[in-house]
Amino acid sequence: MIGPLTATLEQIDIPADWIGIRAMQEVSSWRAMRDGHPQQNERGLNQGAMVEVLAAGQFGYSATNRLTPEALRAAAQRAYDQAIASSQWAIHRFTQAVRPPIKGSYRSPYIKSFDSLGVGEINDLLRQLCERLKVSAAVVRTSAIARTHEVDTWFVSSNGSEIHQKIAMVESHLGAIAQAPGVTQSRTDNGYLARSYQGGWERFTEDDLWERATRIGEQAVALLEAPDCPTESTTLVLAPDQMMLQIHESVGHPLELDRILGDERNYAGGSFVKPQDFGKLTYGSKLMNITFDTTLEGELASYQFDDTGTPSDREYLIREGVLQRGIGGLESQSRLNVPGVACTRACNWNRPAIDRMANINLEPGDTDFESMIGQIESGVYMASNRSWSIDDQRQKFQFGCEYARKIENGQLTTLLKNPNYRATTPQFWANLSQVGDGKTLKVYGTPYCGKGEPNQLIRVGHASPVCAFENIEVFGGAE
Amino acid sequence: MTLQTTDTEQTNDSFSSTSTSTQQAASGSRHYQKTFQQLVDAINRNIGRNIGNQSDVHFTLTLTGEDSQFTRFSQVKVRQTGQVCDGQLRLTLITSKEITSEEISSKDGSHESKRDSVPSQAADANKAHRTATITLPFTGNFTADWKVIQPALTQLQAELPLLPIDPYAVLPTKTQATSQASHQSQNHTNEVHTGNLLEASAVAEALLNPIRSSAEETSPTLDFSGLYAGGLSYRAYADSVGKRHWFETPSFTLDYSLFGSRLQQAVKGTVAGKHWHPEKYEHDIAAVAAQLKLLSRPAKAVPRGSYRTYLAPAAVADIIDTIIWGGLGEASLRQGNSAFSKLEQGEAVLSEQFSLEEDFQRIGIPRFNSSGEIAPTRLPLIQKGQWASSLINGRSAKEYGKASNGANEEEVMRAPTVAPGTLKEKDILAELDTGLYISNLHYLNWSDLNAGRITGMTRYACFWVEDGEIVAPIENLRFDDDLYRFLGEGLIALTDQQTFLPAVGTYDRRSLGGMWVPGMLIDQFRYTL
Repeated sequence: MIGPLTATLEQIDIPADWIGIRAMQEVSSWRAMRDGHPQQNERGLNQGAMVEVLAAGQFGYSATNRLTPEALRAAAQRAYDQAIASSQWAIHRFTQAVRPPIKGSYRSPYIKSFDSLGVGEINDLLRQLCERLKVSAAVVRTSAIARTHEVDTWFVSSNGSEIHQKIAMVESHLGAIAQAPGVTQSRTDNGYLARSYQGGWERFTEDDLWERATRIGEQAVALLEAPDCPTESTTLVLAPDQMMLQIHESVGHPLELDRILGDERNYAGGSFVKPQDFGKLTYGSKLMNITFDTTLEGELASYQFDDTGTPSDREYLIREGVLQRGIGGLESQSRLNVPGVACTRACNWNRPAIDRMANINLEPGDTDFESMIGQIESGVYMASNRSWSIDDQRQKFQFGCEYARKIENGQLTTLLKNPNYRATTPQFWANLSQVGDGKTLKVYGTPYCGKGEPNQLIRVGHASPVCAFENIEVFGGAE
Repeated sequence: MTLQTTDTEQTNDSFSSTSTSTQQAASGSRHYQKTFQQLVDAINRNIGRNIGNQSDVHFTLTLTGEDSQFTRFSQVKVRQTGQVCDGQLRLTLITSKEITSEEISSKDGSHESKRDSVPSQAADANKAHRTATITLPFTGNFTADWKVIQPALTQLQAELPLLPIDPYAVLPTKTQATSQASHQSQNHTNEVHTGNLLEASAVAEALLNPIRSSAEETSPTLDFSGLYAGGLSYRAYADSVGKRHWFETPSFTLDYSLFGSRLQQAVKGTVAGKHWHPEKYEHDIAAVAAQLKLLSRPAKAVPRGSYRTYLAPAAVADIIDTIIWGGLGEASLRQGNSAFSKLEQGEAVLSEQFSLEEDFQRIGIPRFNSSGEIAPTRLPLIQKGQWASSLINGRSAKEYGKASNGANEEEVMRAPTVAPGTLKEKDILAELDTGLYISNLHYLNWSDLNAGRITGMTRYACFWVEDGEIVAPIENLRFDDDLYRFLGEGLIALTDQQTFLPAVGTYDRRSLGGMWVPGMLIDQFRYTL
């Protein structure tokens, strides 16, 4: 594909400073069972290309799913016209420096190819998982989902970039809803589609799959009898599947340079972080170490190049609690003059690349789980996100979880339902008091990070150990 | 993936190099409609009516597409600008075969005893169905599109026998009607709108010049951010029994914010329609800029607590946008996944002032769903605080023994309308007396779905009001409240005028439609942070 794209590029005759073509093909399957009956057996092919042109210091783009040299040349002309028509209104005079010439390739590793399981086998597996989830008559709904995606992207440019990346992904979900008179409780497999990874079927057919299904069903039923989470300020311990959401909303988004620049103010919002904060701001306690890491094998948003061709690596965003760099690609870095990362990404061929999270991880500490809980006289342990909301500057948040346990005298005790907590971002991270060791670290992801105008949903990954926070306001469900 | 060698047909793109004018869009859409029909005919010719074991094969085909201009603004400048030409076909094959004795047990979930009450399903009561779907690109070029669809069709047909029985599969059927005209309107529709949109090359100037002029006249620090999204949108449906629906419209939305010099000094505006009217835009900008002046006063930090609150229509729309995803569908209600179980069961009521309905008469979106069913023009869901109806699609109808009311796959509202009340606009501040005037909300979510509790943030122009007078803008607050309370005994009044809030979302593609809502005066709205 690189060859034909390069040949097409050479045939484009417009007086542009730079031209790039980003072509994409995504082959997907969606399989879903509900209560043991098929809900979805779907395949998908999505393909197209975006031609981007730099002229008079302004980028213009045109995207089409018609993949012929004529269509791409016409798209290039339209992109050029867009750039010229808006150049006098350009927010910044960009140069080719924000599209570095790179040649390379990346292929995500996998063990079991997507052909290794037939559609009948997948459906049978999902049906059996529904059966396993239904541990009793109190379970009124079971669901099992397995999705696969193979995404190829090709990027060529007039200054010599030739990049091919091929990424295979599996997204899966298990869920049970249990009911008793006047009460309904849900439990899932670490949150909706939180088990989203790069790899092949081995990411779904893991050794503990059946055990997890049984546990999800049992915990949904057990929660029916549980008291509500108490209302108090206490020590809050968060499992990695809730830390994922916590990192995403209160660290990832506020560090995005396009939010800090104001580009997102009309939609997702801005940030309490200011340009002058980089290298200075104490974001959290000294135990807080956050990395942007596209090198972690199997994590959902690993890659070698972002969608502008910029090579990517592992970088500290926050080190020992101090803000180091932002989540912004070369365009935002050039506008803001602060350090960033290779994260200019598009969710699809039909959307322009913008600053996005990729894998944003909290690095493990050295406290094992038993020691962490053992040090807490009174607190609440929460797991698996079910509700999230945060303000447009990423300060005041309220998050809810599916599952909680009381912590009393260094022990996990009573099961609690409807756990929620609320805080402000700086106060919350300043109160980070314990960070679990590598044995407590888990990797999760989500296909649904929303942002941008036009809107984009993109895949991100988050790895975190178990963490403890002091003096956090927790509360239960509606009366 | 490979590049195709060359175009052998008329270029489908409705864009010229610089224009999205209506005339050109219409020309492109006629080509799209023709290609869609050619694809339907080709599928009809190529589908195996009998594959393996005497199974009948049926199909449904939907099309969604757009030719769109997207221009993103920040700091009264253009941040990104471009065009997208995209279309997507969704082909579903359903096999139908006489049920065998060993397969009877697999159909255990299909509520056999209730099926007789739904005539359209009775005919296939003794048949087993299997369903498989594929989504594919639609370029508008028959040769290119058929080249992709043909092997996909073969693949799907080979896959179907391997799939489990789908007890809730919905075979396409023609809607029976008493009159020929009604029959025609239920099974064949062709709705083509026209309009007059901005030329692509004119978008930046048309939108930014009035802002700069306004800034020169009133506020040198005036800042503008937002997205103009406009162009042609088209939707279509066809199936193996001959139902055909086509919908297309040019449309645009401008979703923008004006900012002053301080963080909290921000006001939201939206402009939408099928025709661009520069004078209306300039009028709207002036009105929004005037609101911005009210925000120049120092912001007041309001402590958490419960306050009498006026929610302006845009804030009400945010709440309704959450509610419509909160389980108004039959499947959610039956599967323990709804905030409205208590209302449906009659265990709770809302205020008699609150009525919510689908109203396709007032909101211009396609009425057909992905099964080709036409939704009723109006469908009350909540009437005077009482449950009226759930949204029911064909699958739920079959599973739960009810009649479909043409709901979409997700069983969420498509044309929400909240009935107005009696509160006059001129009386809003006086009736609020002392409390909070909330223009917009942000990032709403269910904090406890089954209990009906919603949380979210205030955003943009929100004010502290005392004795019917605006005193100061506020620092943003988090609310967390129970809809059975704030739409129940807490609902004091609704305004006598509804406002249309356009759908401005652009995930996957530009949204169509919007909602009609009044403002709401609420007692003791609960703020928690």
